Amino acid sequence: MVAYFTEIYNGLVSLLVGMGITFKEFFKPTVTVAYPYETLTMCARYRGHIELVPDDEGNPRCVVCGLCEKACPSNCISLGGEKPEGGKKKVLTSYVLDFTRCSLCGSCVEACTFGAIDFSKEYNLASRRKEDFIFDLYKRLEERRP
Amino acid sequence: MRLTLINVIVAVVIAIAFAAVNAAYLVWAERRGAARIQRRPGPNINGPFGLLQPPLDGIKLMAKQLTIPGGADRILFIIAPILAMFPAITSFVTIPFSETIVAKNMNVGVLMIFAFASLGSMSLLIAGFSSRNKYSMMSSVRAVSQAVAYEIPMLITAITVVMIAGSPDLMEIVRQQSPSILHWNIFPLLGNSHNILMPLAFLIFFVCTLAETNRAPFDLGEAESELVAGFHTEYGSMGFGLFFMAEYANIVIGSCMTTILFLGGWSCPFGLFPGVWWFILKLYLLIATFIWIRWTFPRTTIYGLLNLSWKILIPLSLANLLLTAGLIKVF
Repeated sequence: MVAYFTEIYNGLVSLLVGMGITFKEFFKPTVTVAYPYETLTMCARYRGHIELVPDDEGNPRCVVCGLCEKACPSNCISLGGEKPEGGKKKVLTSYVLDFTRCSLCGSCVEACTFGAIDFSKEYNLASRRKEDFIFDLYKRLEERRP
Repeated sequence: MRLTLINVIVAVVIAIAFAAVNAAYLVWAERRGAARIQRRPGPNINGPFGLLQPPLDGIKLMAKQLTIPGGADRILFIIAPILAMFPAITSFVTIPFSETIVAKNMNVGVLMIFAFASLGSMSLLIAGFSSRNKYSMMSSVRAVSQAVAYEIPMLITAITVVMIAGSPDLMEIVRQQSPSILHWNIFPLLGNSHNILMPLAFLIFFVCTLAETNRAPFDLGEAESELVAGFHTEYGSMGFGLFFMAEYANIVIGSCMTTILFLGGWSCPFGLFPGVWWFILKLYLLIATFIWIRWTFPRTTIYGLLNLSWKILIPLSLANLLLTAGLIKVF
């Protein structure tokens, strides 16, 4: 008989404890992010698709050595460069990344000895067309130029 | 008040409107409340605070086609959702919201409401039976055994209150609790019975209301994780809509009854400004508790459910009934 009432009492108390917890949670602020309306900043080590790094004047640091092209296991990268008349160095004219085949392994970033490419923080990538994922990184850099 | 045909029509229209508005906006309140407890914002896109969500949901449901599964009992399949909504709306007619706001007070109000409340489980039985679906069938079997188990302690506690008031008239029950909070049946230090076990009776009644309305943690009838959606698995469109509305209308009825039987109806705790606002306040506090409980506790098992009723609620409510009878005799 005592056990019967103890069980009822303990059960009731544990129910009230549970209700107390949800009551407290009710008044705490929400922890979710309303995604399309607000976005989080990506962490420093996030790997988006690669992006060309500009120098101080906004030109690409790339010297068109082609190491990244060779390092890529999936042949995603194709470089184009030319020597301008009177110039000594090659200058980048196109840098095409086929993101449909890229697995974000980072071999290209590792291979680059000039620090000319880096991971971007881009994650809002959605499209119905395959062609939208073939990026011309040189053009993107030109667009970002101030 | 003489009951003319016009009176009845007006009363029923108001009851339907009240039930429908409550059903719609309790869904909103439930979703917002659940979201707050789980620390997310809940529906907040459509309209301010997501207040346009219920009408939009309603429009969506009405635009859907009502499909009847092959091999189902067509007549019963269509009757079941109507039978779910009908007792809920009819019960509103006899509930006194204040001294003056009542469609038709009956001198056997308690009896009438419990009679209609037990019709609700009939609709679950018919819905599950006519769907020709094993999950629906399982669900209706559970719902009926649950209804049988929980109607007994519920009626016993209701009888206790009726004994204290000396009348099954809902108006009379509230009038007897009117003077102050100490006359309320939940805590009756003054008044008729002086029974210190009445808070327990209130708890029993509240738990039974949860079980009768098939609410979590007693929602075994529509246990999503086991039975898809239980008795309304095969229902789409407004068939489902009616079941959904009936659930919330039943919550309102259950909370109204708890308010009237235990919390003094429209009377004020301190005897100030008695009126419909006190009734509404108590009603929505109870409904908020319903929502709060639903999002706190996990679903019980069918054994736990029946054990709770037969081993705990029924003996305790019977003991309380005897004690009350004795105390009424003494004082």
